[in-house]
Amino acid sequence: MPAGSDLIYCYDGSFDGLLCCVFESYEKKEIPVDILVAATAQPLLFSTKEIPTDSQKAGRVLASIPQKLGPAALVFIQQAFLTCLGQKELYILLFLRLGYRNGPSVMNMLTDNVVGTLCRAVKHLERESHLFKGFLRFSIFSNVLVGEIEPKNYVLPLLTQHFCERYPEERFLIYDKTHGMGLVYQPYQSAVIPISSLDLPAADAEEQRFRELWQLFYDTIAIEGRYNPTCRMSHMPKRYWTYMTEFGSRPKEARPKLPDAGRTLLPIPVQEKLP
Amino acid sequence: MDVFDKLKILTDAAKYDVACTSSGVNKKAAAGGIGSAAACGICHSFSADGRCISLFKVLLTNICIYDCKYCVNRRSNDTPRTMFSPRELAELTINFYRRNYIEGLFLSSGVLKNPDYTCEQIIETLRILREEYRFAGYIHAKAIPGADSALITRLGLLADRMSVNIELPSQNSLQLLAPDKSKHAIFTPMGHIQNRIRENSRDIVKYRHAPKFVPAGQSTQMIIGATADTDYQILNLTENLYKRYQLKRVFFSAYMPVAVDSLLPALDTAPPLWREHRLYQADWLLRFYGFAADELLDQQQQSFNPYLDPKCNWALHHMDSFPVEVNRASYRDLLRVPGIGVTSAQRIVTARRTTSLHFDNLKKLGVVLKRAQYFITCAGKTADGIKNTPNAMLRSLLSAKTLELYHSQFASRPEQLSLFHQPALRPLPQEASNNAGRV
Repeated sequence: MPAGSDLIYCYDGSFDGLLCCVFESYEKKEIPVDILVAATAQPLLFSTKEIPTDSQKAGRVLASIPQKLGPAALVFIQQAFLTCLGQKELYILLFLRLGYRNGPSVMNMLTDNVVGTLCRAVKHLERESHLFKGFLRFSIFSNVLVGEIEPKNYVLPLLTQHFCERYPEERFLIYDKTHGMGLVYQPYQSAVIPISSLDLPAADAEEQRFRELWQLFYDTIAIEGRYNPTCRMSHMPKRYWTYMTEFGSRPKEARPKLPDAGRTLLPIPVQEKLP
Repeated sequence: MDVFDKLKILTDAAKYDVACTSSGVNKKAAAGGIGSAAACGICHSFSADGRCISLFKVLLTNICIYDCKYCVNRRSNDTPRTMFSPRELAELTINFYRRNYIEGLFLSSGVLKNPDYTCEQIIETLRILREEYRFAGYIHAKAIPGADSALITRLGLLADRMSVNIELPSQNSLQLLAPDKSKHAIFTPMGHIQNRIRENSRDIVKYRHAPKFVPAGQSTQMIIGATADTDYQILNLTENLYKRYQLKRVFFSAYMPVAVDSLLPALDTAPPLWREHRLYQADWLLRFYGFAADELLDQQQQSFNPYLDPKCNWALHHMDSFPVEVNRASYRDLLRVPGIGVTSAQRIVTARRTTSLHFDNLKKLGVVLKRAQYFITCAGKTADGIKNTPNAMLRSLLSAKTLELYHSQFASRPEQLSLFHQPALRPLPQEASNNAGRV
């Protein structure tokens, strides 16, 4: 192992910055014990080394990845960079070092600790972003769709294409509260911008009506005899419920009285017994 | 009646339909339109019964001229009746869709006046969505049995998926409980849809812009437990539907008692949820694991074992195919190991290209060994400390959930304890394989 393993790299938190750390690690023949974002780094026992972001160095590393490790590996580390994995920077560095030694087959080395850890983190990211494609809820304020999410991973880049294709003629905003970022879209233009906080106006009558209609649908569609909250929870953990319309506060008058003509309510069937 | 009342009545009447997925087609809105569809399908919520809500599942009307005994909407049932106008329903769909509540529309209907008229109303709803709103999201429509084939064709050009419900797994059951329907009335539209799909796939090769006919294929559903049909009959019918009609999915729905009739199970009958679950497991084995129906059940063994999933049950009867060597076995053989699913099998095949796999590696890959360890070797070795006794094996084969269920229901009853210990031992092949699985 190269010398200098009590070093900590500090970088600016950008993907290019991380690639410069990779450059530095090869140029100086050293492997840091950790890579931290400069702004968040505390005074530490280890000696720290500031790695300046240099687009030329970053470009050289970037170009080498698909060449030496294959195009799939580049997509893989770009996604890994969006995950909430602790020490993701160090894992990405170690992954690239492993890849420069082994070539594209590094993607098959699933039993390796570094590759395995990154794979799990990327799976988590993909799963979370997939769930938000469904669980995200928009409210409409003066014809702009606004939705809030609180994801663990930085999923906005993975949601962009889906929502832009879904609502090509709309204007919308998806606010990621965890990361203080927002995806804004107007026909055929989108951007991800920093947003520190978001105060939403009260829903107007029309918006309120559709929220209540949706809550009514949600309550009605469940079959009483199959009530199974555990199953619901495993598919849709509670942390996703915060911004979902169907779990929002509901005024009592939202449930209309129905004509009861002869409608016998069924007894809830007894728990099924195995033979 | 306002839209809240209509929505409540027509959702309530539609909720027993289970074929509610949004998968099978990839597309996006044209300029000026709205909507997209993802082939993997997207669940937008989960209802209190744990089932996925992906589509706005609703009936156009719950008025029906038929009197199927198992159905809430049967003519003789005294229940409030209503109907959406096509425009009202299209507007509601778009408003739900814009707020990302749903992935699209699942539209079924009672039969109003006659099948043709009902079909025309459904077509009109879809036409408004597709032509006026230029909606490119997912639409699943019910083909109304008995409707003219020209109407079915028009519907198919507007919908992504169509389904004709078989409802009851045999002609006898149909005669008994749905006297107005016949096998013929169900299979005719199903066959027609299949033919049009086949012709359409040829057209698309020739003309790139040929309009797509039900691009996400067709599905069906049947009710489990309302009649005497066995799992074996149901599974064979399912296999035939996949083979003969190229269905994308067959759904099973445990019978929920919603009507009193001397021919039906009593109102307090529990829905056979375990049976439904076993059938879905077997259905997965047919579609993704390369199993045939007659490998899982046969004339002698017509019902699934409630305690063991169909794959474990199969493995216990075929101990001569095991153990399989993880480093050499084909993907197909790996898939037959209890506890190894599609994801695990794929990871094993990928990982073994660069290294020889041991039990520790398998854990790192996320392969769950609880069940699998009894059926595999790694580099010729079995797992450390494995007691390959029938009892240890069975304990590992019963899922934690089943075990819990077992404890909560039977633990206090001594005669049930013996049911677990002794007959459970019998199924193992060396001792008496022909009794296997009959707990």
